This record gives sequence, structure tokens and C-alpha cells, in this order.
Amino acid sequence: MSSSHYDVIIIGAGMSGLAAAVRLAYFEKTVCVLERHYAAGGLNSFYALGGHQFDVGLHAMTNYVPPGTRGAPLTKIYRQLRLTPEDFGLVPQRRSEVRFPGRTLHFSNDFARFVQEVIEQFPAQQENFLRLVQYIHNYDELDLDAQPLSGREVLAGFLTDPLLIDMLFCPLMIYGNAEEHDMEFGQFVVMFKSIFCEGLARPREGVRRIITALRRKVRAVGGAVRMKCGVKALHITDKHVQSVELDNGERLTADRIFSSAGSVETMSLCTDSTSGPLAGRPDCLIPLAGRMSFIEIIHVLDRPMQALGHDATIIFYNCGETFHYAVPDDLVDPRSGVICCPDNFLYDRPLVTPMIRLTCLANFDRWAALDESAYQQAKADWLPRIHQEVLRFVPDFRTHIQFTDFFTPRTIKHWTGHVNGAVYGAPGKHKNGRTHLDNLFLCGSDQGFLGIVGAMLSGISMANLHGLKP
Amino acid sequence: MTNDQIKQAIIQIISVIAPDEDLSRLKSDVALREQLELDSMDFLDIVMELRKRYKVEVPETDYGHLASLDSCAAYLAPRLADK
Repeated sequence: MSSSHYDVIIIGAGMSGLAAAVRLAYFEKTVCVLERHYAAGGLNSFYALGGHQFDVGLHAMTNYVPPGTRGAPLTKIYRQLRLTPEDFGLVPQRRSEVRFPGRTLHFSNDFARFVQEVIEQFPAQQENFLRLVQYIHNYDELDLDAQPLSGREVLAGFLTDPLLIDMLFCPLMIYGNAEEHDMEFGQFVVMFKSIFCEGLARPREGVRRIITALRRKVRAVGGAVRMKCGVKALHITDKHVQSVELDNGERLTADRIFSSAGSVETMSLCTDSTSGPLAGRPDCLIPLAGRMSFIEIIHVLDRPMQALGHDATIIFYNCGETFHYAVPDDLVDPRSGVICCPDNFLYDRPLVTPMIRLTCLANFDRWAALDESAYQQAKADWLPRIHQEVLRFVPDFRTHIQFTDFFTPRTIKHWTGHVNGAVYGAPGKHKNGRTHLDNLFLCGSDQGFLGIVGAMLSGISMANLHGLKP
Repeated sequence: MTNDQIKQAIIQIISVIAPDEDLSRLKSDVALREQLELDSMDFLDIVMELRKRYKVEVPETDYGHLASLDSCAAYLAPRLADK
């Protein structure tokens, strides 16, 4: 075999691709990860601007459990990747809130306390909510063959107060739902367990710490990662990927290909026009792509929000009568969103750079249609409108702003290659990772496990199922 | 490898897969799953580690033989006789 042949080629050095690479290389497969960007991490990457270090994506890592907790996804990840809790250095949150007009639900990494909180705020729903919690506990959300169910329909079978239903959906949808209005019930369970039953945490160094741990491990077990190395095409004959063509024209071959690029994005790389119903016709695929995207404003402050009297880690808010999770008609929907203070985790010493992060639903097409000056103007116009909403929930921080970055769905598309700047992939998931080709598999958001822990679990599960199982 | 060496090898493998488990009081004749928190992913890893370290293949139909340390030793002894 030539030196450009691998047992497995992985497209994308995000959380899922790197985790898959660790598994495969640890068990002596020859592995090469191809990443178009110069930074690893994919949808959970990092960048520097104006002398400051920023994270994309990561507000908090969900699925946090204390080291040694049995059976939890995070524990599985440490085991499967041969990592230790020290490698990620996760620090638990202080406390968070779901804020709706006239009602607040507090939550921390103590699920029993959250159940109590719901019962106190919605006493009439006590029995219903406890039945729902029991149902969620017994539900096998990791079943790769489960049929999709409407989350709203399932919840309506338990809860009769629409406000409580919306208040439960709000954080879970904003942190991991690819479809508009409704959320697949299995996905709801994944997110419910990861945020409410388990909890939120963050490495002091942000997402870099996680990515560094993964990259170091890939290297230690003998896997290769090639940065600035995009895939231009997957050459197909007989329902089989014969070779991988890079942006620079180079061709690589592999027995198997794992792609974390997204289902639509991956199909549009395939050169066959006959074997797959839509392959090779990217224009036909776009309607299947996810559309949920966000803007994010990151302010560097001259002091932590705690000094202004605000100690919540994350606030999920909604100011409207009901909660709308949909692509907005306008550039941004400021009625709901997330306020995250990366300083408000239980660190042993404060962060070097105090920040506040504001996130709202946004419309990719509207942002993409703007020319450069209109694009900059739109950011300037929306900033005060978003401030106006979030200042209902946090002390006025505006005189403390030292530096601001504002990224949009267009930024996300540019750096991740995900169609529409979709952050949670396409609504239709491919849980078993199979495609119409016998040696091409999906991992990452479009396989169906979301969040950082979910993405790593996706890479691990797909590597085990399609790369390692005898 | 002797039966005792095989048991030690399995314990060594489990200590890599599940470093958070206490392996000092494992009973040889009791199922590993009853004594440790091991799921199907972990059992696949025991099989994979055996392949990686000792070049021994355990087909899926034989996974049942890996239930306890004693049954591991009995099953693997002929396959690891020359290692």
C-alpha cells in the first residue's frame, strides 16, 4: 500500500472526529484526520481577537458529573478515550436560571433541588412532573434504532401547564435542537439528562483545554491530524468511496471514511449521481439541511459580573407570551436567548478576562444577503436591541465593556462549513451512522448525539460500531 | 501463560479501561459485572485489549466466556498457551 492509504480517514477535527481518531488509532488502525480550518474543534473551537482569547460554542459543557460517577456519559468518555478527569479540568457551575415573564426556575448541578424547584413553582403539576421524570429516567435515549417521537406530544401527555412545558423546552432547545418548534423526544431526553439531571461545568481555560487533551491523545496513540487540509470530493464507484480528493488536488485512499462534516455537507462531496438519490446534486440537498443558527455577542468587561452583583452562570430567558424556537423572520429574534457569564463557575481563582456572552436565534439567509457595510451596520443596530432585552435579567454592564466581538450565522458557516451556519446539524438524524455507501459513515451532530460530551460519544460509538467491532 | 497470569492480565486490562474501579478484592468465581460497573462498551474494550496485547481473537459468540476471571482463564488458557 502507498503511504497515502489509511485504514480510516476522518473528515473534520471537531470533538467527534478527534474522539473517533483516538479510539481507532489506540486499537492500531492507521488514521488520518483531515481539517480544513487551521484550528481544531469545529463548532466548539476558539479564536483570538483584539488581544483576547474567545471560545466559540462552549458556554458550559453539559453532562457534568463529579469524577467517579458511575454509568454517566462523561465517565464513559474518560474510560473509552483513556483520559482522566484532570485532562479536562472541569469546574462546576454556580447556579443558573430559566426566566420567563413572572416565573423563574433555578437550577444547579443538583437534580433533586431542581425537582423541588419545579414543584414549588408549579404545585398543581407536582404529580405530572414526577411521572414525567420517572418516564425520562427509564427511557433509553441511546437506542440507535429508536423511532422519532414528537417531544411536544409526549410532554403534553404528562403536563397540563403550557408555561412549564415551554420553560423546560427553552434551555433544552436552545442548547441542542436542530428542528423548529418541536424537538424529537429522544433528543429532549438526552438534553434533559445532560443539563438538569447531570449539570454544567467548564474548564478554567475554556474549550482549548478539551481540544488540547484530545489532540494530545490522538498524537500519543499514533493518529495523524492534517490541518488546513479540506476535502474537495469523495470519488465514488459501485457505492464505495474509492478515494478522497483534497482541496490541493492530492488524493488519499482509505478502507473507511468517517465524516463529521454534516449529512448534507458530506453527500454534496460525493461524486456519484446515480447511487444516492440526492448525491452529487447539492442544490437538492439544501432543503434537508438544518437551519437553526445563532448570533453571539461577547463583551470583554473591566470587572466580573459578580462585582456588579450578578452571580448566575447561565440565564435562559424568554420575554414573549410563549416561547418561539424557530428561524426568525428578521435578522435576530431578541425575545429569547442565553446570557452566559464564564466567570461564574466555581473556580479557585478568578478568570483573567471577565466576559459576558449573549446569544440569540438568528436567520442565516438574512445575514448572508447583506453586503459588507450593511453587515457591519446590522451588527451595530442589533447590539442595543439585544442589550435592551438582556438588561431585564442582569445588572447594567454597558459602561464596563472593554471590547466586543459579534459573530453571526455567516461567521459560523465560514469557519465550520456547515450549511446555513446550522449549529445543531440537520433535523433528520442518522443514529446508526450509515450512508448509502458501504464504507462511508457519519459522526458528530448529524449522527445525533449533541453537545461536547455528545459529540465525543458520537465519535466513540461510530468508531466502535463501524471501525472496531470484529 | 498460566491461569493466574491470565487473571492478572485481565485485571491489568480492566485497570486501564476502568481506572476508577477498585480491583483489589475481585472474586475470581463471581461475574465481573456483579462486582464492577462495566457496560457493553467496556466489555468490547476487554476483547480489543486482548487482541492488541496478545493477538488473540474472541468472536462475539464467545463473549459469554469472559464473564468472570475464572471463566476468562479457562477460555483463554489454550489460546494463550504459547504466550
